[in-house]
Amino acid sequence: MTLILEQLLNGLQFGVMLFLLAAGLTLIFGIMGVINLAHGSLYMVGAYAAAFAAAQTGSLLLAVLAGLVAASVIGMVIEYVVLRRLYARDHLDQVLATFALILMFNQAVTILFGRQPLFVSIPPLLNGSVQLLPGLAYPLYRLAIIAVGLFIALGLYLLINHTRIGMLVRAGATHREMVRALGVDIRLLYTAVFGLGALLAGLAGLMAGPILAVQVGMGEQILIMTFVVVVIGGVGSIRGAFLGALIVGLVDTCLRAFLPGLLRHVMSGSEADALGAGLASMGIYLLMAIVLLARPKGLFPANV
Amino acid sequence: MVPTATINNQGTMKTMRKRIIYGATVIAAAASGLLAFSAQAQQQPIKIGMITTLSGPGGYLGQDLRDGFKLAIDLEGGKLGGVPVELVVEDDGLKPGQGKQIAEKMLKTDGIKIMTGIVYSNVAGATVPDIVDSGALYVSPNAAPSNFAGKECHENYFVVSWQNDSLHESAGQNATNLGYKKAFILAPNYQAGKDALTGFKRYFKGEIAGEIYTRLDQTDFAAEMAQIRSANPDVVFQFHPGGTGIAFLRQYQQAGLHGKIPMVVAAPSLDAVTLAAVGDAAVGLNVSSHWNSDFDNPANKKFMEAWTKAYNRPATYYSSQGYDTALAIASALKGSGGRTDVSALRGALVKADFQSVRGAFKFGPNQHPVQDWYALKVEKEGDKLILKTVGKVLSNHADVYAPQCKI
Repeated sequence: MTLILEQLLNGLQFGVMLFLLAAGLTLIFGIMGVINLAHGSLYMVGAYAAAFAAAQTGSLLLAVLAGLVAASVIGMVIEYVVLRRLYARDHLDQVLATFALILMFNQAVTILFGRQPLFVSIPPLLNGSVQLLPGLAYPLYRLAIIAVGLFIALGLYLLINHTRIGMLVRAGATHREMVRALGVDIRLLYTAVFGLGALLAGLAGLMAGPILAVQVGMGEQILIMTFVVVVIGGVGSIRGAFLGALIVGLVDTCLRAFLPGLLRHVMSGSEADALGAGLASMGIYLLMAIVLLARPKGLFPANV
Repeated sequence: MVPTATINNQGTMKTMRKRIIYGATVIAAAASGLLAFSAQAQQQPIKIGMITTLSGPGGYLGQDLRDGFKLAIDLEGGKLGGVPVELVVEDDGLKPGQGKQIAEKMLKTDGIKIMTGIVYSNVAGATVPDIVDSGALYVSPNAAPSNFAGKECHENYFVVSWQNDSLHESAGQNATNLGYKKAFILAPNYQAGKDALTGFKRYFKGEIAGEIYTRLDQTDFAAEMAQIRSANPDVVFQFHPGGTGIAFLRQYQQAGLHGKIPMVVAAPSLDAVTLAAVGDAAVGLNVSSHWNSDFDNPANKKFMEAWTKAYNRPATYYSSQGYDTALAIASALKGSGGRTDVSALRGALVKADFQSVRGAFKFGPNQHPVQDWYALKVEKEGDKLILKTVGKVLSNHADVYAPQCKI
């Protein structure tokens, strides 16, 4: 029983992590219509900047600040220098340009930090684990990730649905020309939204630093999952990104954790392990295919 | 009739003789010219093609291989085995297709006869058959998948590193030696991962408490940690090379398993570079390897001193394999007298007439290494983490596929 509960927490934590990336991606894709493959690079930038600042200063606060500032500033620079020229072009051009950005970022990081992965320690404050239930100790750091993720989700909900900026963002997504005609500087708005998306990616990156390996190409590994989340949740919808991320996180974790065990009831051990592992790694893609078949716009599409 | 003719044509004979002398001089001149030309050709460095992985998360592996190889060339002043060489390096980007293309270019356009460098088994699987079938020599500094060790072995294919399974067989033997009875084993769901678990089980005498195939691109192992905890084994064996291994070890510590359930791994799961990124989560880890930086033999001392002087960063076993591969090729070039005749190179190479940094080394019947395996342990000395050699695990270990190979 505690094992199931622990796995659900693991799924939740993974989902929250995916949400931080998916939120930025879905905003940029839904509102500006840009496929930003370089979103994973911003995640990497956040992780590297925080790791570097932590190693230089030893301060948690400065590390967090460095990660957030680096990711959002670089995000806005990308928007200003590269993407702004591509809004009117078709998706193929955008994919090509942002793919080129991935290669450039990876090479730049290799030149600056070398090919060796960096070491990032868990802040002493968040080290150790908490006894949630008898027999269920859970790492404090992962609980902190869940808390931060849920807090960000709430903040984004309030920002998008209950503020003037949020209103402009929503309006800009559906009626771009009208918003411009009303005298709103839509270009500035886009830069700000892109910066916000980059900030969230940077946050995910810097939080991932202590549990994953901070290395070149770390963004691409998680980017594919993030796209799955965006597609399942519905493009352009923050709510969709949140629920989609939780669904993907939970489904993926539970399949990995329990499928081989379930299959072992009906077949021999090693076959069950191999088949279970295979099915579990296909699981979320199957889920995406089913969702696309039943609801082509995703589970919670924007503008409904 | 003939003698008369000879007498009658004294004059002609003389001119004939002159002509012959003249012709001989011309031929001699031409021959000496050719000799001079071929001598010049020998001065022209022999090209060695290196296809390796330099970009992406596995980039440091190829970097260390390349730098180890270059070190051996530099120590000999641009030569290997007394023969001037030129190393041509290309990045395969961990893409089998790209590796194959580069090989084709090196073989056909550059006419390269000696190749090496591939880090990953999947790239080797796509590239090596083309190289050896076209009559060039391939000397593997790292990847050695099981299929090339058995029935599909090839006379032009040599492996200086190990056969893939051996790494994990040594870990299995290490776990048995350490007295563990119940193991939980994990590896990514691809060929090398499956080979890893098979290799471990071949030499582990205890019981398997659980077996998990993780995803190759997986970075979060929380679900697996929970399963390990609930299975409560004596020991965990895992194979996650590069970045995934760092994530695994750190999450193992964060899940509170480090220090409770000991772990055995094979060399690819922990090297000097990953050790620095893992930090304290690696203390107490049991590693098995064919080489370690603290090996006490003259060849290794020379290598470590030169490496530290040249690069000033920790040497990994990839560095040592790059260096050893260069020494092996040097022995082949020396034996062939600097000719790129592949059968001469082969004949010299198979003797393994070089001082490996790991100590004893020879080739088995399938031209894969027969060598010793050692137990290492991660220890903390002051503030520094070091990999320390603590004992021998296997002696003169060859792979199980050798009997299937008919060269």
